[in-house]
Amino acid sequence: MTFPKLVVFVNSLIPLVLLLWDLYHKRVGPNPLDFVTKTTGMLTLIFLSLTIAITPLRKIFRINSLVKIRRMLGLFAFFYGALHLLTYVWFDRLFNLISMGQDIVRRPFILAGMTAFTLMVPLAITSTNKMVKRLGGKRWVKLHRLVYLSAIAGVVHFWMLVKADIRLPLTFAFILLFLLGYRLIERYTPTQQPNVNPFPRE
Amino acid sequence: MVEKSEKVTDKQVYLNRRRFIQAAVMAGTATASTLLYRHLNPPPAQQVKGDKLQEVAKAPTQKALKEGLAVNDKLTPLEAITNYNNFYEFDTSKSGVAYAAKGFVTRPWAVTVEGLVNKPKVFDLDELLKFPLEERIYRLRCVEGWSMVIPWIGFPLQKLLEKVEPTSQARYVAFQTLLDPERMPNQRTGILEWPYVEGLRLDEAMHPLTIMATGMYDEILPPQDGAPIRLVVPWKYGFKSIKSVVKITLVADEPPTTWNIQAPNEYGFYSNVNPNVPHPRWSQATERRIGEYGRRDTLLFNGYGEQVAHLYEGMDLVKYF
Repeated sequence: MTFPKLVVFVNSLIPLVLLLWDLYHKRVGPNPLDFVTKTTGMLTLIFLSLTIAITPLRKIFRINSLVKIRRMLGLFAFFYGALHLLTYVWFDRLFNLISMGQDIVRRPFILAGMTAFTLMVPLAITSTNKMVKRLGGKRWVKLHRLVYLSAIAGVVHFWMLVKADIRLPLTFAFILLFLLGYRLIERYTPTQQPNVNPFPRE
Repeated sequence: MVEKSEKVTDKQVYLNRRRFIQAAVMAGTATASTLLYRHLNPPPAQQVKGDKLQEVAKAPTQKALKEGLAVNDKLTPLEAITNYNNFYEFDTSKSGVAYAAKGFVTRPWAVTVEGLVNKPKVFDLDELLKFPLEERIYRLRCVEGWSMVIPWIGFPLQKLLEKVEPTSQARYVAFQTLLDPERMPNQRTGILEWPYVEGLRLDEAMHPLTIMATGMYDEILPPQDGAPIRLVVPWKYGFKSIKSVVKITLVADEPPTTWNIQAPNEYGFYSNVNPNVPHPRWSQATERRIGEYGRRDTLLFNGYGEQVAHLYEGMDLVKYF
């Protein structure tokens, strides 16, 4: 692992370490499940946003090497998303699949969240260098556009579960709007684009 | 041959320096990440202590259980009740209310009771605390799908309303929370329409289970739980039990209520706990009892059907949700 990657790796794990620390010391409030669910959910959205922010950032600031940490950020989004889902499946539904099925039908925001996570699964599976080669660059890039849908579903999931104070979901929505809007504008404005290789040597 | 200049750093020194910088970068970013995480996701605040209330009658007799004045469920710990609150006037995060409400000044305090009554009156808090206090062990079911069991201390609202003598035109009771952005900082935001208002039908307000609470767990009500005086209606979703009440008005028509104004299709005027009427965005069939794993079934009228079902005889509970 290169040093910049190591820095990202360590920093991405810090929230998990602190969360476990708080859990161990019982500093998670009267509803630990709620606290863990909220924290892991928020982390998933943050890492998804960071992943999607890489392309605009490297174009705006012309730091191409940023792409080297993108995969790790994406995998951390998947990791925290998996923890978020596990918290729900384990401690809220006690691994009861029938009750989960009913819950998905009854609570649309659960469906949105499930969609967001499911969309990340193929991306995590095809994140290795080998899979990039097997799929071919173009198809791989196409497939990985699913991350946009996943992030949108994630923000919708968050938005649907708050009662009145939509400031946080709104913030995520704005960030996402900017990151996706940047891509759209760039795509449809005929300016000379810097030739950016999506797969630089690592 | 080139002489080795003094300006060229020795390889070993260079490597050492590189390692030093790397260690500094790692430590620096890790510290920043830690602080950022702590700032964005602070651990819930610690418990806030209250003062002892006057001696109250102990309840859980067989008679009390039968009348719904107490339940046999395990009590929710005080620490949970005082650190997990929905009180948007202070903070919209349930774990942040206790901290934001710390030091909330509740004296002097008065409750105005007026409207369609023969004897309108402004009650000073000390006067209200002289009503014979009782302990009521009630289930509290939040519309969000969690619940607690709370040993309230208070008196039946009925006793207060009898003092002002509602006229025959009075059919509803409207309640209002304090409006003071100085003391309730979140009232500066537009998250909800302020002041918070709630309402009951007169027969609901006169029901013996409906109380004005001034304490819990033998202690003065802490700010985050609605100090100094709040409504408690155990068979309705928690948001109906309005906190920090300053005004009670007897009226002829159904009064506006805050959450109903906010989202009319999600929060009805009645808002009786009902597992068969889902919230548009989530089910109400089950709930998480704070302190328990998994979920338990939600009971119709929060388990107080025997005492209150007659109030809604012949009424379509889906239409009047």
